[in-house]
Amino acid sequence: MHIKGVDIDHVRIKPPLGGVPWEGVRMARRQRLLLAALAIAAIGMAASAGWADGPAPPTNVVAKDRPWDVGGAVVVSWTSPTTPVESFQILRLMDAAEVKQANRDARVAAASDAAAAVRERLSAEGVAPEDVQLQAREAAQAAAATLLSEQEATAGEPRWTPVAVALGSQTSVVVDRLSDDFPGGYRFQVVAIASDGTRSIPAETTVAVTPSRQPFDGGRLWLAIITVVLCGAVLTFIAAARRGMPLKIRKIAGLAAVDEAVGRATEMGRPVLFIPGTQDMNEIQTLAGITVLSRVGKTAAEYDAQVEVPTSRSLVMTAARETMHAAYLQAGRPDAFNPDLVYYVTDEQFGFVAYLSGMMVREKPAACFYMGAFFAESLILAETGNSVGAIQIAGTAQPAQLPFFVAACDYTLIGEEFFAASAYLSGEPDQLGSLKGQDVGKLIVAGLMVVGCLIATAASITGSEMLEGILSYLKNTMLT
Amino acid sequence: MKRLIPLWITAVSGILLIVAYFIPAWESWGEKATIWFDVLAASAFVLGGGNLLKLHLRKVSNRQAGWAYSAVTVAAFVVTLTVGLAKIGVHPSDNNPDFAWSGSYNSSGTAFWWLYEYAFKPLTATMFSLLAFYVASAAFRAFRAKNIEATLLLGTAFIVLLGRTFAGVFLTQWLPESLSGLKLENLTVWIMQVPNTAGTRAIMIGVALGIASTSLKVLLGVDRSYLGSD
Amino acid sequence: MIEKLNNLDRRWIFLLMFLAVAVPIYVIGKTGKTFPETPSALAKATFDAIDDLPDGSRILLAFDFDPASEGELGPMATAFVRQCAEKKHKMYFLALWPVGPQLIQANIEKVILPDFPSYEYGRDYVNLGFKSGNEGVIKVIVTDLAQLYPADIKGTPVEKIPMMDGIRNIQAMDLIVNVSAGYPGTKEWVQYAVTPYPDKIRIVAGCTGVQAPLLYPYIPQQLPGLLGAIKGAAEYEKLVNDRYGGPHPDPKYLEGLRRMGPQLVAHILMILLIIAGNTLFFLQRRRGTSR
Repeated sequence: MHIKGVDIDHVRIKPPLGGVPWEGVRMARRQRLLLAALAIAAIGMAASAGWADGPAPPTNVVAKDRPWDVGGAVVVSWTSPTTPVESFQILRLMDAAEVKQANRDARVAAASDAAAAVRERLSAEGVAPEDVQLQAREAAQAAAATLLSEQEATAGEPRWTPVAVALGSQTSVVVDRLSDDFPGGYRFQVVAIASDGTRSIPAETTVAVTPSRQPFDGGRLWLAIITVVLCGAVLTFIAAARRGMPLKIRKIAGLAAVDEAVGRATEMGRPVLFIPGTQDMNEIQTLAGITVLSRVGKTAAEYDAQVEVPTSRSLVMTAARETMHAAYLQAGRPDAFNPDLVYYVTDEQFGFVAYLSGMMVREKPAACFYMGAFFAESLILAETGNSVGAIQIAGTAQPAQLPFFVAACDYTLIGEEFFAASAYLSGEPDQLGSLKGQDVGKLIVAGLMVVGCLIATAASITGSEMLEGILSYLKNTMLT
Repeated sequence: MKRLIPLWITAVSGILLIVAYFIPAWESWGEKATIWFDVLAASAFVLGGGNLLKLHLRKVSNRQAGWAYSAVTVAAFVVTLTVGLAKIGVHPSDNNPDFAWSGSYNSSGTAFWWLYEYAFKPLTATMFSLLAFYVASAAFRAFRAKNIEATLLLGTAFIVLLGRTFAGVFLTQWLPESLSGLKLENLTVWIMQVPNTAGTRAIMIGVALGIASTSLKVLLGVDRSYLGSD
Repeated sequence: MIEKLNNLDRRWIFLLMFLAVAVPIYVIGKTGKTFPETPSALAKATFDAIDDLPDGSRILLAFDFDPASEGELGPMATAFVRQCAEKKHKMYFLALWPVGPQLIQANIEKVILPDFPSYEYGRDYVNLGFKSGNEGVIKVIVTDLAQLYPADIKGTPVEKIPMMDGIRNIQAMDLIVNVSAGYPGTKEWVQYAVTPYPDKIRIVAGCTGVQAPLLYPYIPQQLPGLLGAIKGAAEYEKLVNDRYGGPHPDPKYLEGLRRMGPQLVAHILMILLIIAGNTLFFLQRRRGTSR
């Protein structure tokens, strides 16, 4: 049934937010006619209460669980009124716990605003900072106290909280950050707002909705696409490399120097020290470090040099032992492998550093490799290694530690170079192909950055709504 | 077989966890896998602790070079472990005052707390503070204006070093408000927030792609060097 | 001579650095004088974030550092606790680093017990202790605190702690204050607590100097206030002392400001060393060219 654009099957009519609540208005089919009359009366009341000049309310307000999500979101849709509307405000009915928390938050916000306003005003007037702070604090307290008394006066009334705003051209909006087990389900109101700021009567959903979790998270669709594209590029180039596609990799000085460093240690009759970072095997940098260890171990086995691998994690010790054992096996010298040279020291960061520093000073290794995740210990290790005259090669993906390694080491593998080590050292087509695929990923990222910058610049200059929309989609949908 | 089984475990669990990220009902599997790893790593400590004792006791027993250091290591390990496990010096907790061992092993006044307060804390702070000395020696030795880029870096370093102290404020306090952006302390903030952040982001993008590619190679068994085979 | 200086035993440099740090510590300790500090916008934002909250607000203090970085982060941790106590905020301490609880306890004993005797454990502050799991802990407690913290560090069930009443998760906090020396730390709090709940969770942080540049991308939307190293701590201390310190604040509340003295001299020494190193480099190069 429709009465002047109000579908009473779906809509309840209530006074605007902050007005006197109209209790007991839930629809019952038997009472439609009566309620229709009441609705007309309410519109009349609204007119007298200041809605007379407001736009007509939206109709067919429906809330449904959003498809393809992780839960916690619903889609609220409506039919726009025939009168011009600037925007819509969507409100949600709060439960008692939420009202309590919202009251508290409101007091906190009011206090912050009051303090900030006082601080800004008095600072501009050149008042002493101590007085500014004192007055700001008093203003904050007063604002919180005032609001508390207002809140206590209206306690017990149903409270609607604004949850979203939509443009006048929109007929639906997603409301998220909801709970999947909200008692009784969620109810919403939609208010039409005209260009002069006048508001319509709120139109309310009749059926409560509860969000639920879906089989696939559509919000991660773009991430899935990007993952597939990047992985696809890597796999495509691996396949191409297997078919014989010629692939080149630029010279990486740090990796080219691996053999030189091990050779030097052999000549000098001193050990090689290899440190695979200070993190565990779940850190991909440790894995990359172990990969380099494989090559260092093999070269050392061939040259009959001694490689010492102290670790700060038990699992890394186990993995490094396996790697070294296999490296000696490949070099045809399994008997020369001494598992005791791969050992655990301590998980404690600076205990590990203390051991390594002492060991370096005592044993004076001829070559030091730092390959993995390092933190504050990077410079202590590299400077100690430098002081004993070791040739030093470092590799890490920790941006904060790179400057220290660059300053104190002979060669440093920076970020992605470190991850390219495996491919570079093995020279296998499969691995080189993966590097090429990685380059495609980099091209895509660079392209997106350029496109994003151009769109943002153009949107800023022209103020085009379309460009703003594209930018917003790029930022808020594709890249989140 | 020794290589094949780990490869299959890696591939299946890795791919499954990637897929699970997109399926809400399975999403928590990633967190569970992290907990499993923590349990595994904690259990592996027995391996590490055993290895530590074995190596250092052998050094002491054979009187190898530096055996005294090993003796200190073993003693520190055993004492700390005993003090912590036996809850030596622990006071009863407020909730269970009738039970002698109900307090926390590291609460104030316990033997473990004493070790923490008077051994661990000063020792680690000492190691960390060594950085100041090493930074100075590295700056003297390695920071050279060899070319234009290095000279720019040098200039930037001077601005940041001064801008992070009162010297920066003192040296440029004469600048008028209209040029406040050129005051050393403000210039420092700009350098850190703009050029430094841009450089860091570029490195991070390369690192992220490197991680993705390396992970894929490991999952697909293309890179098996961590298992000890090329 | 140039060659000799170029190969200078680095222990001389160590000695210079030792003097550059030790002499100001001694002088400042003796005279009690510190260099003036002008608080930066970030320090002010950090201070205001705590100060603008009404008295009695809930603050989660996550101390994610260890004794090694205590020298750099200790003063700001102390100042955070003091400002919260002065504002009569309710403090919920926890740590993602194993030795964090000891540092929490140290600050409780340094600030709350002697200077705020009316503060009562369980009513005004609580130490929830350490939980392993790094960012995994954050992911859980943003929605369910009791799942990982069913009891405080003393073993008291959270249901029996008055100030835990009504706290289902950390979204109920008015502010998170994180002191971080690395991983897990501020970056993880921003990524796993603030980013998913930008309207509910706010955070300010203090971190080491090395870490600060990595956090700048999060300022100001996700991270409105950040104190970088001892400089940030000194600026923040000044704000706290100006507001609450009185004419003669306790020396324990001046640690950040006092440590700026050694920092100034050490930085100047660094600059001089770089200049000396480069002078030697150019002299050597000129000699090489002239030959």
